[in-house]
Amino acid sequence: MLVSNWNNCPRVEAAMRSFRSQEEARDILGQTDRCIPRGLGRSYGDCSLGENIISTPGFRRFIHLDPAKGILECEAGTSLDQILSVIIPHGWFLPVTPGTSRVTLGGAIASDVHGKNHHLHGALGRHVLDLRLLTPQGHVLVCSKNENPAIFQAVCGGMGLLGLILSARISLMPLESVFIRQKTIPAYDLDELMSFFDSHHQSTYTVAWMDCLQRGRHLGRGLFMHGEHCRSHEAPQSQLIPPGCKGISIPFTLPFRALTPAGIKAFNSLYFHRKSRRTGYEISSIESFFYPLDALANWNLLYGKKGFLQYQFVLPRSTSRSGLQKILQHINSFGQPPYLAVLKLLGKGQGPLSFAQPGYTLALDFPIRPGVFSLLNALDRVVQKLGGRIYLAKDARMKKHMLWEGYPRAKEFVELKKRLDPENKLSSLQSRRLGLCQNPY
Amino acid sequence: MSKPVLILGAGSDIARALAHQLGAAKYDLYLAGRNLEELQKDARDLEIRYAIKARGVYFDALDFASHEDFYDSLETRPYGVVLAFGVLGDESLARSSREQWEKIIHTNYTGCVSILTVAANRLEQAKEGFVAGISSVAGDRGRAANYVYGSAKAGLSIFLSGLRNRLHGSGVRVITVKPGFVRTRMTRDLELPPRLTATPEQAARDIFQAITKKRDIIYTLWIWRWIMLVIKSIPEKIFKRMSI
Repeated sequence: MLVSNWNNCPRVEAAMRSFRSQEEARDILGQTDRCIPRGLGRSYGDCSLGENIISTPGFRRFIHLDPAKGILECEAGTSLDQILSVIIPHGWFLPVTPGTSRVTLGGAIASDVHGKNHHLHGALGRHVLDLRLLTPQGHVLVCSKNENPAIFQAVCGGMGLLGLILSARISLMPLESVFIRQKTIPAYDLDELMSFFDSHHQSTYTVAWMDCLQRGRHLGRGLFMHGEHCRSHEAPQSQLIPPGCKGISIPFTLPFRALTPAGIKAFNSLYFHRKSRRTGYEISSIESFFYPLDALANWNLLYGKKGFLQYQFVLPRSTSRSGLQKILQHINSFGQPPYLAVLKLLGKGQGPLSFAQPGYTLALDFPIRPGVFSLLNALDRVVQKLGGRIYLAKDARMKKHMLWEGYPRAKEFVELKKRLDPENKLSSLQSRRLGLCQNPY
Repeated sequence: MSKPVLILGAGSDIARALAHQLGAAKYDLYLAGRNLEELQKDARDLEIRYAIKARGVYFDALDFASHEDFYDSLETRPYGVVLAFGVLGDESLARSSREQWEKIIHTNYTGCVSILTVAANRLEQAKEGFVAGISSVAGDRGRAANYVYGSAKAGLSIFLSGLRNRLHGSGVRVITVKPGFVRTRMTRDLELPPRLTATPEQAARDIFQAITKKRDIIYTLWIWRWIMLVIKSIPEKIFKRMSI
């Protein structure tokens, strides 16, 4: 069958097999020469694509929930929205959540996802107490900070290349209400926007939306948002209500481009000015704060048949400002603006292939159009020169050297992979493109 | 447990999806089948998700002699029984192998008669509850491709129909479910037409509705009712020459 991830590019012919038990997973691994685990396909690119796919969402049982201590164990194919619907009524929340809840726990760990609270709470891997890994040779390893610590670190962010994550035990965050108290602050240029991250370092959740079409003195104009969980007395209703995700669905791929550059420009201005006028705090629900796009199922189809690319990089703090400036200038001269640009300040990372490093990360969505690949190659050069790196879960196209220079510990990862997977059983299109299956240097 | 539903063959894909529907509606559950270890994990999962009581119990459809004891050993008498076990078998092998046709007939028919006879008597005594049996559209007309399987399912459909007749007025309802194509492990090696093929979740939703809305016979997907109406109305003279 033809499979693609969320950005619909690339689309590849793959044999997909799913499993319901550990034994079945072991059988599949034993019978296949080359395969790669894949969850709900919300990554952007080819990191979970290959000729053979082990699909995990059928393996999604809750194993244990300790409602007193806030500890949850479940099988790796369980999606975050299923987890939320179970834990929220008990007064718990995910310690780290990406911008969509339609991902599996295993996929989230394999990408070591971050959220709007990364500067305080780190990536998801930090909250994994332990996990069970099915190695390509058929052994089940329990990995944690104390047990097999090197493997544990590398599996978080390891893109499913070291083994199949079977289940994980995570510690949850206590929650008093299902509401978020948030504030939006307009920033009229890049310096101001970046400075808000420092002045609001104590806020639990911080993120910014950027209008990439501004030039000159308004370059990097945007909206900074910060938020906190409402305490029970601050919430509109004190009871905990599980989120009911009823989304609108886009039934087909749009035959035309939904938005033109002029349209984006108009939208950006309108959005900026409307939001700027709102001062003071707003109360919003968990769904609308964390997962605004989940309400629009299949929003990826808005990008048309060819799909789109998400370009997400992080630059070290010291070079973030000049780097972001250069990148915005490149985008401006390209003339095809990204549809969406999200800025976030990250803290320290953990695993050898984990994306996070202290500095600013910008995520840009580009529809696939003539010239977009050469633009991204130009952005690569800026990112590479300034000591930055690209997020593997969002990558469909970077060259091998970008990985090896951006991730200095990649060698350590490959050494570990040789030990755990000497036959290179687990490999994706991405891992082969980036040389993660054998050591190229 | 209060008013538990007993699912026989709880490892099947349709049964698993149905267990989630029933769990969400706060029915306690007995998950019965041969793979006890996996069923216990399924039960734990349902308990955490829906704050219900669920238990995995060992049941072998082909061990007829054990059925009465099995049923009576359940701590709480089931309020409802869903019969979801079945085997497609290898139809071409069944032409030459007695072992194969016996397996198809005994799993899909004899085993059902055996366990439902016990269940029907107990439910009748309790004067409430339901039996939902998953039969098949294959039982509506014999086809070259699967007539051994089809004949066993036809037997099951007739058995359920008779049981419904017997228990009418006793407070116990009997529901016959006739799935068309469903994308499950049973049919994983078959090429199925996507428009006529239900997911296990769709089939489970239909069954759940039939249980709550007091239906007698349902087809899932619904279009199969009309497809089978047409197929049943073709005269045998013509049908025997056809290959559908």
